[in-house]
Parts: sequence; C-alpha cells; structure tokens
Amino acid sequence: MIMQEEAGISIKQTKRLLEIMAVKHLYKSFGKQEVLIDFNLVLGKGENVVVLGKSGSGKSVLIKCIIGLLEPDKGSIEMFGKNIPDLDRDELDKIRAKVGFLFQSNALYDSMTVRQNLEFPLRRHWIQMEQPEVDKLVLEALTDVGLAHTVDKMPSELSGGMRKRIALARTLILKPEIILYDEPTTGLDPVTGKEIIQLIVAIQRKYKSSSLIISHDMTCVRLAADRVVILVDGRCYAEGTFEFLQTSNDPKVKQFFE
Amino acid sequence: MAVSANTIAFLRETGGISAFAGRFFKELFRPRYEVAEFVRQCFVIGYRSFPLIGLTGFIMGLVLTMQLRPSLIEYGVESQLPAMVGIAIVREIGPVITALIFAGKIGSSIGAELGSMKVTEQIDAMEVSGTNPFKYLVVTRVLAATLMLPVLVLLSDAISLYGSYLGVNIHGVTSFHLFYTQVFHVLAFSDVLPAFFKSFFFGFAVAIIGCYKGYFSNKGTEGVGQSANSAVVVASIVIFIIDLVAVQITDVFNLN
Repeated sequence: MIMQEEAGISIKQTKRLLEIMAVKHLYKSFGKQEVLIDFNLVLGKGENVVVLGKSGSGKSVLIKCIIGLLEPDKGSIEMFGKNIPDLDRDELDKIRAKVGFLFQSNALYDSMTVRQNLEFPLRRHWIQMEQPEVDKLVLEALTDVGLAHTVDKMPSELSGGMRKRIALARTLILKPEIILYDEPTTGLDPVTGKEIIQLIVAIQRKYKSSSLIISHDMTCVRLAADRVVILVDGRCYAEGTFEFLQTSNDPKVKQFFE
Repeated sequence: MAVSANTIAFLRETGGISAFAGRFFKELFRPRYEVAEFVRQCFVIGYRSFPLIGLTGFIMGLVLTMQLRPSLIEYGVESQLPAMVGIAIVREIGPVITALIFAGKIGSSIGAELGSMKVTEQIDAMEVSGTNPFKYLVVTRVLAATLMLPVLVLLSDAISLYGSYLGVNIHGVTSFHLFYTQVFHVLAFSDVLPAFFKSFFFGFAVAIIGCYKGYFSNKGTEGVGQSANSAVVVASIVIFIIDLVAVQITDVFNLN
C-alpha cells in the first residue's frame, strides 16, 4: 500500500482533525466474489475524502456498507460512537438522521413534487416542526443549491443537473454532519459536473460537514479532495493528497492521473 | 436424479414469494403504521380502478346475457335467463374476471412502480430517510389491494347484473323488479359469501406478487418491464389456482 506518510510527507492537517468516522478491517463479498478486502478508512471532522477507483472496484459497496444498506461480512464502521453493523433499525435511523447520502441516480421520488421530496426526510425522521419552519428549511436548502424557484415542480420537469442539485438539497435538509456522495458527477456533462463539485465544496464549507465522495472523475478529485484513497480490487491501495498521488510512479496509481 | 433448471427456478420463485408474504404478515402488526399512505393506496388502487372494472363488468353482463339467450330459447327456458346469469356472475365470472382485470391494471402498475423505484435507488433512499420501505411500499399496497378488490367485485357484480337487465330487454320486455326478483330468488348467501371471501385472496395474491416482482427487480429498465409483465402473468395463474382451491373447499363443506 502506498501511503503519503511512508513517502516522508506527513498528512499533518488530517492527523490534527477529530476522527468522525472510522472503517476498520472491512470485508464484503457476494458469493465467491470478494468486493472489499481488509479495507480501512478514517474521516476527520470537516474533511473531504475522495475514494477513487475504477468501475467494479467496490466503491459503491463501501458507501452502502457505511450507511447500513449492505451488511459487511467482517469489520467495523464506527460513527458517532456506534458500530453501524451492530445497530438495529431504530438506532440506525438515529445515525442516518445525521448522515446525508447523495445517490448516484439522485433517487428523487417521481410521484412527489420537489417540496415533498425535501420534506420527506424531515417527516420520516420524526422531527417535530411546524409547517412554517419546514417551509423555511425547504427554501433554505433549495436556495443553497440555487433552485428555489423549482419548489412546486415535479422531478420529471427538471434537467439532469437540476435533479442532482435537488437531490443535494434533500441531503442537506437535515443539516448532516457527514455527507456521503456516490458518484456525484455521473451522467452529467463536464461543465455541469464541475458546477456540482464546486457546489459540494461550497456546501461543505458552509455547513462544516465532513464528506466522503466516491468517484472516478478526476475533476471531482482535484477540486474536492483534501485526501484521496485509491481503491484497487477491493483493497485500499494508496492514500494521500491529490498532489502526492499525482506524482506517484506506481503504475496502478498513475493510470488514474494519465 | 437431475432436477431441471426450470424446476429450480420455479421452486425458488415460489419460496421467494412465500417468504415475502411471511414478511408482510410480520411487518403488518409491527409499528409504525403507515396510515396516510394506506389511505392513499386505497384511493389509487380502489377508486381509480372503478371505472375500468365497472365498464368491463357492464359489458360482461350484457354480452353473457345476449350469448346465453339463443341457447335458452332452444330449450324453452328463456325465463330462467336472469337467474342463470345472476348465479354465473355472482359465483364465478364476476370475481374471477374482476380479479384478472385488477391483475392487469394494479399488478402491472405495482410491479412497474416498485421496479422503477428499485433501479433508480428510490427504495434505498427511503431506507436512508428513516423509512422502512417494506412497510411504506409493500404493506400499504398489499393491504389496500386485499381490502379494495372485494369491494370492486361487489360493485362489478351489481353493474354486471344491470348490464344483464339491459341485455334481457334488447329482445323482450322484462321489468326491473321482475328481473331482480328472479335473480335474488335463486341467489343465497352460500353463493355470495364464498365468492366474496375468495376475492380477498385474489386481491392479496395480485398485490403480493406485484410487489415481490417490483421489489426484487434488476437488470435496469429492461427489468422494470419484465417485473410488470411477470407480475400480471404469475398473478393471473395464481388467481385460477386460488379459484380452483376455493371451489374444492366450498364443495367439501357443501356450501354450494
């Protein structure tokens, strides 16, 4: 494994950060196919970590294990003092209220308006609020992504980039401490993709949240990453800043930067 | 002895649907109860199906009467037409045809809707949003379909009989009172109740199969189409199997 520290460059900033999430010795397989093998990852408070990997390298499986959508075979995922695989549904829901998840396909509810999509997590997490307060939060989240005017539109009336922004607004509505992004630029043109990344960075700065971004888009890595983890065949192959990994001579690392 | 791949697939599917139905009963009585979504599903599944079910019921009654009439005239028992049509509609044709139409409309729509939600990660998004998607999507739909289909069957029976009344009057004159007197003279509770009760099972089968097919949909958009299609095919076959079993039960307990 290639680590920035081993190369003599310590990740001082990362080391100083308070650990908000830790994935330790994570294993996940589907039948005989091993997808994650002894995977380790630490996310610091206010840090943006990008997990970079080729299609099929286990990136989405990792993020779904973290949010509890998939159960790992072995290992621990610690968040807010709890080990995710050990939690029952009620405990998991309490953790999920503090963790946002932006899906690769946006996952907006087709049968609901933008407003109802944004209200859904608030209502489902049993957050007691008066309607004016809910309306204010919805408008604030939509304003953050620059789409306040779409509040009563249906998702089918919006473009791909707008749908991504609405999905991001829905993620933000609970003001999560950790945001997980699954391929946030997939399916978008380069210009819109870049806008989404800039929005992610701006939001992270505004809300002081920590982000784990799964991606294979180098623009995303360059613009958003405080630290990059390269996933190869289910293992953590290399870790360091974008600049450090960019100068690596290792062929498996180099292929991402060419 | 080698077991064919089709047999294994059939057994796997049957086991899968049974386990899915078992999970439905487990989740049904466990809070939290999705009352608002259940009421919405009753509206979507019940009320919105009524025009189609009503129209097909009306045509069914009318056509059945017109087709039976020449045969009954041949045997000189034309006066028995209302009674015969009444028995046929209430006991068998009404529940089965209504259930098949219901499978085509609701089974396919549930299969496609849940399949589409599955492939676009909306079901995962619900899970992440503090919602049990099985309770929110499956329990509400299955319960609504189970309760709404018997109501639709009763309405369809009534409309079919009205269609039959109009059919009788195409070639003759029979008063509304006389027609319904003849129909209800031969109908007993032992005709109505078994037919009514089996329609609960029809509704349950249509919805649980639609939900199962949609919930485990894969292969992207192609899978959504397959889910909708196989939901209708499997539900239609199961409706006939349930009907066969129901007839045997009423026969054994001498409810005919």
